[in-house]
Amino acid sequence: MTNIINIFRKEFRAYFSSPVAYIFIISFLVVTSWLFIRTFFLMNQSSLRPFFSILPWIFLFLAPAVTMRSWAEEKKLGTLEILMTLPVNNWEIVIGKFLASFIFLMVTLCLTFPLVMTVNVLGNPDMGPVWGGYLGAFLLGGAYLAIGLFASSITENQIVSFIIAIIICFVFLIIGEDFVLMNAPTRLVPILSHLGLGSHFQSIGRGVIDSRDIVYYLSVIGFFLFLNQIAIEQKK
Amino acid sequence: MIEVENISKSYGSIRAVNNISFRVGKGDVLGFLGPNGAGKSTTMRMVTCYLAPDEGTARVDGFDITKDPIAVREKIGYLPENNPLYLDMGVIEYLTFIARIRKIPKPSLKTKVDRVIEICGLGDHSHRDIGELSKGYRQRLGLAQALIHDPQVLILDEPTIGLDPHQIIEIRSLIKSISGEKTIIISSHILPEISATCDRVLIIARGKIVGSGTPQELASLSGGGITVNTRVRGPGEQVFNALKNIDGVMDIRELGEENGISRFKLTAEKDRDICEEIFFRVSRNGWSLTELHREEINLENVFLDLTTKETS
Repeated sequence: MTNIINIFRKEFRAYFSSPVAYIFIISFLVVTSWLFIRTFFLMNQSSLRPFFSILPWIFLFLAPAVTMRSWAEEKKLGTLEILMTLPVNNWEIVIGKFLASFIFLMVTLCLTFPLVMTVNVLGNPDMGPVWGGYLGAFLLGGAYLAIGLFASSITENQIVSFIIAIIICFVFLIIGEDFVLMNAPTRLVPILSHLGLGSHFQSIGRGVIDSRDIVYYLSVIGFFLFLNQIAIEQKK
Repeated sequence: MIEVENISKSYGSIRAVNNISFRVGKGDVLGFLGPNGAGKSTTMRMVTCYLAPDEGTARVDGFDITKDPIAVREKIGYLPENNPLYLDMGVIEYLTFIARIRKIPKPSLKTKVDRVIEICGLGDHSHRDIGELSKGYRQRLGLAQALIHDPQVLILDEPTIGLDPHQIIEIRSLIKSISGEKTIIISSHILPEISATCDRVLIIARGKIVGSGTPQELASLSGGGITVNTRVRGPGEQVFNALKNIDGVMDIRELGEENGISRFKLTAEKDRDICEEIFFRVSRNGWSLTELHREEINLENVFLDLTTKETS
């Protein structure tokens, strides 16, 4: 456990050691707020639904950017050799790196709380979907990050890692969308809608917290962290 | 302390390390010598549990590298090839991170970090970012990182590569000063490096051990005997003949003449000191000796012999 904390601490500090993190957070806040406010007044409804409906698409680019350097950079600099000859287990490094990226994304997401305050001041929103939306966003973000870390672990190149992560996340996001389901063979529909990252997000976002959705996200996270671990061990 | 048994590792179809076995006793300094790509780094990476061997195993202080990698890693301080570092971290921050992972208890954390900073001469640079350090200081930091937990075993992969001669001497004396009770493996493709620091040398070529022993033993392997260089003021040809007849001289070559002083290179049988005899002959003939010196044991020939033998 102390190992995980140590790795986490190093990784988390690495995010803030360059101005990139701040640029990142600010641009995320500006873009999401803008996209939200643009439709918010048109709809004339005090709800955060427009915000949560664009979030999976913004995270699609944000999460891979957070994780792209995580392993790729270590491989390129050769520091992975330092890390992997220290007395820590590989899975501890994997978990430590995941937690660092996850907390970073959570901090960024929590900074959108002024939006919650805004809708509360202007109206009287149903808070169920708001909390549900945040919970869903954390879980969806976690799944994206686990995919991103896996993508980072199979290449030395950050850009390649970024693109691979976007592609995998994109595929997982859209396979549960109605558009895909309508055109898919009937037999595959239940499987696809179950595997889609987006469909689970929508159901949590309605404010109905179903344990199946949570289990789904946790298993996606677990699965990709497991693949990540294998990719790292494979190097041996 | 370190026992390596029949260890092998392949990359694809290339056999980087082929059935290597050796032992290093407690407190010994072992040198790995070999051309680039001979398998030195791969062997070290297996001992430090970075790479898993295809066959064979190794034990460090009794712990098996395949069964108990964490225990092995705890024993070892390791400076990898090219000394990778987190360039965006600060020196103290980096050492603290390593110290924490090395399970150094909190109360002694600061003293331990200060100690390696002191030992490795990083004092003036301890508050800088690693990315700002010069190559020599990065190398010191790499060593500091390997030393922080006062390991029993130190594995240094080409610790002086890419440094200028001044820095090389500094790092070398640093290694000497910390060796003490520690068991050390150093790799290099530079000969003086190894003969200056090691008790025992393994010469590796194409993944195999082609020679091992103390630097002296290896030198005697070459069979060349001792080489003596001398300069004599006198008639070249007569001097040449006088020196050639000395007992034990196997070969003599005249290297040139300048202002009446001739230079000779003599090769004599082992265990025979011909310097005295050279002096007497020269003085008896009324010539004068302006230089006489015996070459240090030369590993170079052994190295070239052993590492090129199989290909030719």
